[in-house]
Amino acid sequence: MRNRHLIGLVVVLTLLSVGVFAYKVWALGFPLQPDSTTDTWTVEAAVSFEAGRGAVKVNLFVPSLTPGFRIVSENFISRGFGFTTQLAPGGREAEWSVREAPGRQTLYYRAQVIRDSGARGEDTTPEFPTAPILEEPYATAMRMLIDQVREQSADTGSFAANLMRRLNEASPDQNVALFREGIATPLDMAQTASQLLAGARIPTRVIRGVLLQEQQRDAEMLAYLEVYDGNEWLHFNPMTGERGLPENFLTWWRGTRPMLQLEGGRDAGVTISVRRNTVDALQVAELRAEQRGSRLVEFSPLSLPIQTQALYSLLLLIPIGALVIAFLRNVVGFKTFGTFMPVLIALAFKETQLVSGLVLFSLIVSLGLLVRFYLEHLKLLLVPRLAAVLIVVVLLMLAVSIVSNRLAIDVGLSIALFPMVIIAMTIERMSIVWEERGAAEAIQQGLGSLLVAAVAYLVMGVAYIQHLSFVFPELMFLVLAVTLLLGRYTGYRLLELRRFRALVRDGS
Amino acid sequence: MIGLYRELRRRGVLGLNARNGTYILPSNDRRHYPLVDDKLRTKRLALEAGMPVPELYGEIATEREIKRLGEMLEPHEAFVIKPACGSGGDGIVVVQGRMYGRRTQFRQASGALVSLETLQHHVSNMLNGQFSLGGHPDRAMIEYCVHFDPVFDDVCFQGVPDVRVIVYRGFPVMAMLRLPTRQSGGRANLHQGAIGAGIDVASGHTLRGVLGTEVVDQHPDTGRAIAGVAIPEWDFLMRSAARCAELTGLGYLGVDMVLDRELGPLILELNARPGLNIQIANGRGLALRLEHVEAAAPADADAERRVQWSMEAFAHDGGR
Repeated sequence: MRNRHLIGLVVVLTLLSVGVFAYKVWALGFPLQPDSTTDTWTVEAAVSFEAGRGAVKVNLFVPSLTPGFRIVSENFISRGFGFTTQLAPGGREAEWSVREAPGRQTLYYRAQVIRDSGARGEDTTPEFPTAPILEEPYATAMRMLIDQVREQSADTGSFAANLMRRLNEASPDQNVALFREGIATPLDMAQTASQLLAGARIPTRVIRGVLLQEQQRDAEMLAYLEVYDGNEWLHFNPMTGERGLPENFLTWWRGTRPMLQLEGGRDAGVTISVRRNTVDALQVAELRAEQRGSRLVEFSPLSLPIQTQALYSLLLLIPIGALVIAFLRNVVGFKTFGTFMPVLIALAFKETQLVSGLVLFSLIVSLGLLVRFYLEHLKLLLVPRLAAVLIVVVLLMLAVSIVSNRLAIDVGLSIALFPMVIIAMTIERMSIVWEERGAAEAIQQGLGSLLVAAVAYLVMGVAYIQHLSFVFPELMFLVLAVTLLLGRYTGYRLLELRRFRALVRDGS
Repeated sequence: MIGLYRELRRRGVLGLNARNGTYILPSNDRRHYPLVDDKLRTKRLALEAGMPVPELYGEIATEREIKRLGEMLEPHEAFVIKPACGSGGDGIVVVQGRMYGRRTQFRQASGALVSLETLQHHVSNMLNGQFSLGGHPDRAMIEYCVHFDPVFDDVCFQGVPDVRVIVYRGFPVMAMLRLPTRQSGGRANLHQGAIGAGIDVASGHTLRGVLGTEVVDQHPDTGRAIAGVAIPEWDFLMRSAARCAELTGLGYLGVDMVLDRELGPLILELNARPGLNIQIANGRGLALRLEHVEAAAPADADAERRVQWSMEAFAHDGGR
């Protein structure tokens, strides 16, 4: 009964912990490695034109639905122009307008883009298109081509792929050649394919966008064809018939309308440039969560002021240290002075480093013990005696700092970070064990404490564990679950195997 | 290592985790602990039940009363001072006499002399909780110093040997004779260096001994064989131990008793967390016996009947 309750609790804690953890890693992209970086891109569209005498109006498509990517910030830079954005067929438009702006004008659109597998394009079900009405010989050629391709295809997807392959054949037959006339760009090809697919009553649309690469000053605006198979939109490269979008394809707008429309000016041109930036993966994950409206980040240590964050990055290691202690005591069987004294010592070691920490700790405790043995002769009452030991410990720490400073040993200064009250109590308890149970037992327990502290320090010092415990505090539930399980471990402790080996040796 | 683990399991050796998690936590209700953790209460409890205990000479609860320590000790030649809530035998001083002609110099069991002033300081430390569990303020008790039965003359160095019986659900399951050594300073606690000798529950005869975690056959100070000592009044000791379970309400209990030369068996103290080395001294695992009690022991039996059952079930040559 008790066990079933415990197992239930452990399972709930584990699921909670692992669930939140998995969501943060896979959906929000929180980095598993410390100091990991991720890519963001700055995408810029520069519109330049020669303005006429009268009013000027510029309409520019800007990205709106970008499957696979998320826009985290946007800027529209234009001096003296009125500016609005509006939804337009095929996407979103920026509209700049001004009463009068003579001479050469340049307007900028700039966006920060991060990768986000959760961002999707719109998923509307389109109507079936009406078949285009063509003149002869085009009408017959289209019919024949459609019939030929249909024979070789199983479904809408393979039909579209085959059609585009036929259109791009190196030695086109008569029917294909008719349609190939006058095709110069992928956009033309996409439009032609779109027309032919409409002849087969298949809904299509052209999709325009750029590839996000390392660094591009004049990025090409690519055209892909989206084909609706009755269930979802499939993407095709109109020049090859290949299925799917390139991984780095940022969708800009849909349809065949030009990107830029200008009234009241001439010599208009758009230059698109892309720059990749490397930033802290954690920041990007936070941005992504914020854009998605996830509450997780608002209620995480990352939302705290920086100073408090630093404190909690340390405090969140204490559960790890406590788990190490519980393991070393109940599964291995070490004896220590004070249950959690080694964790506090281990925290102090983080400042002093391990070896010098061990040396300084042993030094202070040994000197403190000498003083404690001397105080024993004075027959002091318990609490004043403890206070005296504490005072002596503080003075000893000061002395060690001053001497090591004189000797230019920097590490001696960090002794001030040792928890002095804990050290004073350790000295007191060690001296009692020393008198009641002998020096051997006292030194053995002292060394046991130091060993446990060293192990706790090493575990808590792993950069990976530090990162995980701070970025994913929900893992503390997992630590709690393991600790609860340890609480019901009734097997032997490792050192008991040694203790009871006499029982195995004799024959009985 | 895994082989060793399995072998211990097979022999039913009880580990600390299993003792705490499987036996002490479920069978010892925390509210009963003060009855055994406070030796003054244990003593009162035993007296009310008509069980023999060492006579209480006095009790010191405040610093003011420490001044009266000399006066309190005046009528007694030998005595023991202990912290009421001490654990593991820490803080116990055994005084067996005084230096001739000087009433304020006391001779300890180890032979060392100690002044009244030192004793007073020691008592003060006791009151401040130096020896109590968790450092709580404590009281000091002064009681009769047991003169042990001559049957132990050969296997005991200074101090007083005592008999420890583990009682589970009222059934005595395992027993051990604890023999002080020079190393233990006259005290009978195993972790302080005393020898534990297993006892055949059925006959009350000692078996081999254990020192630390090692098996020993002879007393290191007297050189006499440890095995084969017949403990007097064994049935009475077993019955007393069994009755202590009812007295305290504890399901898992260690009962410490001594045999006084004139007064016979006396109950010294009770322990809610008795140690595990008793298994090495007996060469038997406790878990097997505890499980046997759970599986086969008669319900609602009186102390007499329970002792009888235990003696039959746990005889040393019975294989369990």
